[in-house]
Amino acid sequence: MNKLDNVESRFLRDDLPDINPGDTVRVNVRVVEAGRERVQAFEGVVIARDGGGLRETITVRKVAFGVGVERIFPLHAPIISSIEVVRRGAVRRAKLYYLRDRVGKATRIKEKR
Amino acid sequence: MNALLGEKLGMTQIYDDEARAMPVTVIKLGPCQVAQIKTEESDGYNAIQIAYREIPARKLSKPEIGHLAKANVPPSKHLVEVRVDNPAEYSVGQALRASEVFEAGQKADVAGVSKGKGFSGPMKRHNFKGQPASHGAHRVHRAPGSIGACATPSRVFKGMKMAGRMGGERTTILNLDVVEVDADNDLIMVRGAVPGSNGTIVLVRQAVKVHG
Repeated sequence: MNKLDNVESRFLRDDLPDINPGDTVRVNVRVVEAGRERVQAFEGVVIARDGGGLRETITVRKVAFGVGVERIFPLHAPIISSIEVVRRGAVRRAKLYYLRDRVGKATRIKEKR
Repeated sequence: MNALLGEKLGMTQIYDDEARAMPVTVIKLGPCQVAQIKTEESDGYNAIQIAYREIPARKLSKPEIGHLAKANVPPSKHLVEVRVDNPAEYSVGQALRASEVFEAGQKADVAGVSKGKGFSGPMKRHNFKGQPASHGAHRVHRAPGSIGACATPSRVFKGMKMAGRMGGERTTILNLDVVEVDADNDLIMVRGAVPGSNGTIVLVRQAVKVHG
């Protein structure tokens, strides 16, 4: 994809924090409702980071009302207003899919220090 | 009509004004030189011959070098003929650039050699449905089914869709949107996919079958 790097570099955003799997992040998403734009937050654990360049995405998982919810965010999409890292997690693998099979206390992630 | 040769660089995605993701193919287009002009009087039809991608002269045959030298065009790997309405608009040796031929918002047709798929079965090659996965199906899941009747005509009709070589043939995709033209780098972006692997030569022309 090296030939496309120059093409993509124009569209990449440079205001993103350093995000790693295991981190708890708050993603502020622009939502257009009834012709009005507002910002909605989605807070959860980053369980995967996929793709490269302009197509890079993160998968954020949270448990809402007892139901696991995962959202995949394209990092460079304009609908993302901003991303804040709430907590840095210490994990030993890149994809935390094992969290899907765990509930309650077992889903805790050690904080990185 | 006007066309240029270029190289498919690859696909990526960009976002439009309404923040919707859009798949685009990036093509390095031209610059191409006019190597020859054919007119009604001289050849019976109107066309220009365009040359693309400079290479060392030792890689060309002497007739090819002579032909290009006559037009004052650098030794080039690819030569194609493009029909034009008015050949007087062009001069031999003239360089054609992407930004002179295309602009964002236009429609374009892209022709190239599709990726070779080898010897492929009827499901992949002709979109046959295959046969049931279960209910007694035995070793026929991807088979074509009947290929004709019995004693009449007691042969298989010509042109019957069957397994065989697929891909690796010239394919033209019509009416792709030109999303962006980068004049400085001779790049254009078209919406959607384009035949061939990254790095293959494609011919991009102004769309010939635009409606409305």
